[in-house]
Amino acid sequence: MRPMATTASSAFRKLSSKGAPVTHLTSLTIADAREKLAKKEFTALELTEAHLAAMERAKDLNAFITMTGDLARERARESDKRLSAGQGGTLEGIPLGIKDLFCTEGVLTTAASHILDGFTPRYESTVSQKLRDAGSVMLGKLNLDEFAMGSANITSYYGPVKNPWKAKGRDVELVPGGSSGGSASSVAAHLVMGATGTDTGGSIRQPAAFCGIVGVKPTYGRCSRWGVVAFASSLDQAGPMTRTVRDAAIMLRAMAGYDPKDSTSAQLEVPDFEAALGKGVKGLRIGIPKEYRPAGLGPELAALWDKGVEWLKAAGATPVEISLPHTKSALPTYYIVAPAEASSNLARYDGVRFGLRVDGKSLDDMYAKTRAAGFGAEVRRRIMIGTYVLSAGYYDAYYLKAQKVRALINQDFTDAFEKVDAILTPTAPTPAFGIGEKSDDPIAMYLNDVFTVPASLAGIPGASVPAGLSADGLPLGLQVLTRRWDEETLFRVCQVLEDAAQFPLLPAV
Amino acid sequence: MGYIIKGEKHNWELVIGLEVHAQVISKAKLFSGSSTDFGGGPNTQVSFIDAGMPGMLPVLNGHAVEQAVKTGLGLKAKINRRSVFARKNYFYADMPQGYQISQYDQPIVGEGTLVLDMPDGSLREIGIERLHLEQDAGKSIHDLHPHKSYIDLNRSGIPLMEIVSKPDIRTPEEAGIYLKKLRSILRYLGTCDGNMEEGSMRCDANVSVRPVGSTELRTRCEIKNVNSVRFVMQAIEYEARRQVDCYESGGTVDQETRLYDSNKGETRSMRSKEFAHDYRYFPDPDLLPIEFDEAFVTRLQGALPELPDDKLARFTKDFGLTAYDAGVLVAEKENAEYFEEVAKGCDPKLAANWVITNLFGVLNKRGVEIGDSPVSAKNLGRLIELISDNTISSRMAKEVFEAMVETGKTPDAIVEERGMKQITDTGAIDAAVDKIIAENADKVAQYKSGKVQMLGWFVGQVMKATQGKANPAMCSDALKKKLDA
Repeated sequence: MRPMATTASSAFRKLSSKGAPVTHLTSLTIADAREKLAKKEFTALELTEAHLAAMERAKDLNAFITMTGDLARERARESDKRLSAGQGGTLEGIPLGIKDLFCTEGVLTTAASHILDGFTPRYESTVSQKLRDAGSVMLGKLNLDEFAMGSANITSYYGPVKNPWKAKGRDVELVPGGSSGGSASSVAAHLVMGATGTDTGGSIRQPAAFCGIVGVKPTYGRCSRWGVVAFASSLDQAGPMTRTVRDAAIMLRAMAGYDPKDSTSAQLEVPDFEAALGKGVKGLRIGIPKEYRPAGLGPELAALWDKGVEWLKAAGATPVEISLPHTKSALPTYYIVAPAEASSNLARYDGVRFGLRVDGKSLDDMYAKTRAAGFGAEVRRRIMIGTYVLSAGYYDAYYLKAQKVRALINQDFTDAFEKVDAILTPTAPTPAFGIGEKSDDPIAMYLNDVFTVPASLAGIPGASVPAGLSADGLPLGLQVLTRRWDEETLFRVCQVLEDAAQFPLLPAV
Repeated sequence: MGYIIKGEKHNWELVIGLEVHAQVISKAKLFSGSSTDFGGGPNTQVSFIDAGMPGMLPVLNGHAVEQAVKTGLGLKAKINRRSVFARKNYFYADMPQGYQISQYDQPIVGEGTLVLDMPDGSLREIGIERLHLEQDAGKSIHDLHPHKSYIDLNRSGIPLMEIVSKPDIRTPEEAGIYLKKLRSILRYLGTCDGNMEEGSMRCDANVSVRPVGSTELRTRCEIKNVNSVRFVMQAIEYEARRQVDCYESGGTVDQETRLYDSNKGETRSMRSKEFAHDYRYFPDPDLLPIEFDEAFVTRLQGALPELPDDKLARFTKDFGLTAYDAGVLVAEKENAEYFEEVAKGCDPKLAANWVITNLFGVLNKRGVEIGDSPVSAKNLGRLIELISDNTISSRMAKEVFEAMVETGKTPDAIVEERGMKQITDTGAIDAAVDKIIAENADKVAQYKSGKVQMLGWFVGQVMKATQGKANPAMCSDALKKKLDA
């Protein structure tokens, strides 16, 4: 074995120097790369170099806020040492991107906001630490909507991220979705093998759908929020974004687990999600919620949804029409709860201890100037909405009412899961749109999350799988939802859809 | 009672409610593992959580929860087995998160009672509205630099209990007694050291006035952060007078927050209602509700120490002390413990007398607490034993006590050194008596002629002859026997 591996490794090295075959490395899945690294067909450093080179070539996507090439090479070399000693972790040597909402020790962390200028944490978020402990190699910090507030990745202080996909016959730059737009774009473009995302109302699933990749938002409490810049604490949840369902299962297992530093993380064993794959969906009942067919749903998505039902049926599942009667209230509820929590979570960005400070005549003046300069328009809008709904005299009518509706939405799902094992819906009502479109209409923008928000409010797991292309060649995603803590069924259903869809991933560039 | 402010139009009574912030005795902060020690260098006891760094999350200190429940039990209050932390949102430079984690509509402890022992011996019950847990803010220091403020976050996140009384307090004196009693209970429980100078106990007073006989609650003013019992009483007195003057002169009282200036002895407006914060309380989504079962409460109840009211009852019943003496002794846990140590081997009434009159006298004069008493409880007990077994007279005991205060030596050592042992040897006493009788024939004649009160003079002479060492009762007996013979 050994001489063979060496030969293979040097062969890659030789080919690498010529350029072209590097794409072989960036086109691999995590599962494949894991195997080939173990067989020493190439080194972790080679794998990392190939991705760093791709990142350089694809700078135009603006997927990264910070690239950490040197750090990545250093960690890749360490991975190679562990691999050669046979001590590799579950993600040993796998190049990943980290959404710039996760605090990373010694590496600039911005949340894509001007207000965190120069903020370099002295601590590492639990999730990114776990990924590091599993042996993965961080290539850089990925762009996002400012403080994860947005559905198109156009609110970043560091500029919009571009979707690597383009509509047939139109040279228009498209949004990657958001807020995990940098994550989705970089995974789709083969700049990283996988990326962390965070999902508060759809921020993993919707960009995954827009960029034609897999995005999983696990059950609230599955991954620790410690060290993740908070947007809306009762909704925020980290998850993997990858090109295949198996890769997502591998990556989530490394990210998840109880963390005593996060009181809302669950004291549950993390299942081997990958082991659930291949079990199929035979005998599963799949809920099709009738409320998820609003007027704004394009015919292509409606058709894809029907196709998804057929695929699952063909694989032995039983479709069941269900009702989630409070669906229409989910978006307004979300846009009360999330801004309310955000208005409080973002109070700490006050210019006193870290990040941006704009001096003022008094303490209040310094606060006002710093926050006016540091926060972008969308963040300011949500802080104002949140402050308003929590104010004396409005609290009962907005925040308290929203909490009650949230409980009803939760009940909808509880009732539905009495009858079905999983729910299938479209992920987003439209495919990716042009950068600049909808940007002056916050309500139209918020409608992007109409299918993803209910699961966030209920805390149940959800995933988006790329399932087809629109007539003009843009990715469309289907969303799968399951019971709380039942990510295993989620992965099973997703894999069946993935197999049936045979989605044409972008080629590595 | 009977604290009435006489005005032209009405006689006015006071309606007072007190909010006490008591620092929980705990090694760690409420939501982080940082130390709570007093006096550390600026910003040396600050974790990333206390500094409100991005992505940091609070984790509840279970010990602080126990302390709050213990305090609730000590106040005979309702313990809420489910309570919720809420964020109180406002900006201040020394409050890093931009909100204080507190409890709002679901506090850990509900209604309870505090009994005041009034100086006239009567009891007065003051209702407790609630007790909740919250974190302290840091400290801003404005006087170290001409145009900058310094921030010290050592206090940031320190656990506090806010204990809110009902508006049942009617006089400044009651307010003072309430604070002392509350402090006493907290110290007994070991849940707060009650040290107002170091800021581990602070008081806000809500004051309003109303015509005697009325049951209305008029607009109140909140006097913030008063840091001694005396100042609380003074501030209330001033504030009530000010409000009466407002009403009497046809004006109204505005709801506002006021500060007490102890130098000028007056309260000043700090923030009017228009500028009052809208705290936008909502449940903290980073924390789960605090929930515990009945067994948890029962366990803490079982481990509760004897509290001042129970101790007072025991001292009066078992030791036969007066309610007043017992009250003085139990007010401070350390005093009560000292007394019990003294009383172990001697007459408890005598012990109470010595502790209250002699020992407290010395402590007051020296301005020290009982913990720094120059006389140990064991030594004082031994001194009282020496009196009871006639080794020394009460008069000699006072001298021995003074020497004990000065030198810290045991009473036995002092008695021995100074040869102060009382003479109880009848032979020696008889000899002294015979000598005095022989030398004072004229006085003997006077006595025999019926002036029996002369006996006192003879006793005095014998005492003098024995340098005060003779047992006075024995002298008296011996003299009578000889003179009446």
